[in-house]
Amino acid sequence: MSSVPASAFLALALILFCIGLYGALTKRNTVIVLISIELMLNAVNINLVTFSKYGMAPSITGQVFALFAMAVAAAEAAVGLAILMSLYRNKKTVNIDEMDQMKH
Amino acid sequence: MMENAWLIPLFPLLSFLILLLIGKRLREASAYVGILLTLASLVFSILVLFERFTEPTYITKFDWLTIGDLHLTAGFEVNQLNALMLFIVSLVSFLVHTYSKGYMHGDERFPVFYAYLGLFTFAMLGLVISPNLLQTYIFWELVGVGSFLLIGFYFYKEEAKAAAKKAFIMTRIGDVGLFIGMILIFWQTKSFEYSEIFRAVEAGAVSQTMITLTAILIFIGAVGKSGQFPLHTWLPDAMEGPTPVSALIHAATMVAAGVYLVAALFPLFQASQTALLTVATIGAFTAIFAASIGLVQTDIKRVLAYSTVSQLGYMMLALGSAGYVAGVFHLMTHAFFKALLFLAAGSVIHAVHTQNIEEMGGLWKKLKFTGPLFLIGTLAISGVPGLSGFFSKDEILVAAWEGGHPVLFLLALIAAFFTAFYMFRLFFLVFTGEARGEQKHVHESPSLMTLPMLVLGVLAIIGGYVNTPWFGSFLGDWLVDGNEALGHGHIEGPAWIMIAATVVSLLGIYLAWLIYGKRSVARDWLSGAGGTLHTILLNKYYVDEFYQLIVVNFVKGFSYFLRFIDVFLVEGIVKGVAGFVQGLGITGSKMQNGQVQTYGAVAFIGLAVLAVIFALTGGYLK
Repeated sequence: MSSVPASAFLALALILFCIGLYGALTKRNTVIVLISIELMLNAVNINLVTFSKYGMAPSITGQVFALFAMAVAAAEAAVGLAILMSLYRNKKTVNIDEMDQMKH
Repeated sequence: MMENAWLIPLFPLLSFLILLLIGKRLREASAYVGILLTLASLVFSILVLFERFTEPTYITKFDWLTIGDLHLTAGFEVNQLNALMLFIVSLVSFLVHTYSKGYMHGDERFPVFYAYLGLFTFAMLGLVISPNLLQTYIFWELVGVGSFLLIGFYFYKEEAKAAAKKAFIMTRIGDVGLFIGMILIFWQTKSFEYSEIFRAVEAGAVSQTMITLTAILIFIGAVGKSGQFPLHTWLPDAMEGPTPVSALIHAATMVAAGVYLVAALFPLFQASQTALLTVATIGAFTAIFAASIGLVQTDIKRVLAYSTVSQLGYMMLALGSAGYVAGVFHLMTHAFFKALLFLAAGSVIHAVHTQNIEEMGGLWKKLKFTGPLFLIGTLAISGVPGLSGFFSKDEILVAAWEGGHPVLFLLALIAAFFTAFYMFRLFFLVFTGEARGEQKHVHESPSLMTLPMLVLGVLAIIGGYVNTPWFGSFLGDWLVDGNEALGHGHIEGPAWIMIAATVVSLLGIYLAWLIYGKRSVARDWLSGAGGTLHTILLNKYYVDEFYQLIVVNFVKGFSYFLRFIDVFLVEGIVKGVAGFVQGLGITGSKMQNGQVQTYGAVAFIGLAVLAVIFALTGGYLK
């Protein structure tokens, strides 16, 4: 159990975050972008859990916080998809490049 | 009366202001404004002069600027020299104002001319009653402005424009010397007041080297204003201005300002033998240098201009030989006869409409009034016994001899010969012989022009009798009264000097008569032997060309270099900064495109940069 070092978890979290970031910044499909954001959130959750177990002062707080983050992420995903749905109804596209109304 | 001397410069200033405001409406009646107000100045000046004969120097001043415990004052002073200068300046100015009414008749910018004359007269009168160097300097520059405006009066003529610029720049070069000298004096003596400066110099509070340095620097200012070598080239060119202006500014008053300055600061010069010797040497050299150029010039005004330069050299020689009285005396007589000569020359030009003496001739019969007056001026400047120039020139020669400068004395004697020769060459060419050019409608000038000449003619004859070896040296005794630093009122010299001066001047006249009057000697008997000499003289020793080659080209090259720096370095930096900011703006506005991914990328890059900085500095950013 303890043969897996903390750095491995952190490396996983890092890779996951980078994939998420890459996807969020480069993909043109808004659905993929939302999924990428979920990846980044989960990378953060892994970090939280890792430090609650192997951190300087291990405690349950990190895991509780990760649970909170998942709940909030679920809510966020619901709201985000709802907005995307209404946008799609208006614009007939999910291409993120065309969603620049906030500029105006 | 003396306490009201400050009014004297204000009359011409008033004339200037009035003509500036309503001159256009007054048209030629502007002349009356100018004439009346300068007449007021003249009357006041005469009253002041006569009062000064009996009463002591009047000086008054008030604090003008107070910086810490430093008090700069302004005011006016009426001492002997100032009273005399007031009289000379206001007299010549009044006569020129009157004369110009006839000479400038019909000129489109007639009121402007009178306004400028008023400005100049104001500046000149202000200059000669200044009690301190700072005030003198202010008026000194103002005089330069007046001169600039009047030389360039016919500004539609290219030559006049160039001459005005040249005059201004050349005198400015000298003024830089004066300015530095002034600052040095202030640094050393903590005062601009003449009296304070002299006291400090006398008390030995200033080192000998510093005295010499400041005196020479101030002399450089005088060199510029008085057209001494090597800054003389502007004065002949200044003849592009109207002739009355030449008479007023470039013969009688402004160019004498340099001599006046040296005279006013005479105790300072007196304290340094080196400075005196410099003044004397420059003076003597200029005297003979300019006189030799005057021998061959063919423009009537240019001959007179070179003669002025030469005579100013005489005055400098006198001052440099410790002959204070001789210098000031010659300044006075020269103002009379040179103003007369210029006004007479103006009258001649007015009659024949040319300035080339080769195209004149035979005017004696046609100009019954101008001719004799011109002859009086010519005799006076040549130093023929009995006229004013004779006495003052004799004083100068005696001063030079007694001052222990035999070489300079000899130069002055030769210059006197040249003077007599070229002045009578001028006279014979203009007034005798056959008419050479086309002379149509030659007529005598109106009495408005001849009367001022008559006044000057009388003064040119009798002006010298105030200071003669025969009837007492009234002027000299009065000038140095109560001030031993200025030397003696009259310097006794060997009698042969006077005889030599007379012989030399008569010889010059005789030679001129032989060549140009009787024509028994060929005109080119000398230049035939050495044609190059004539060419060199005709081209004024190539001084202008030399300046063009060395100074002007150097300055031009330097200015190109500076322009290069300006265009490529300074402007490059400025453009670079502007371009950088502009680029930043363009990039920033492109960033704001509404694309959420771009925003995300920018935020991420920013974060990354911060992280890198944090990593490199360890969190201690300074």
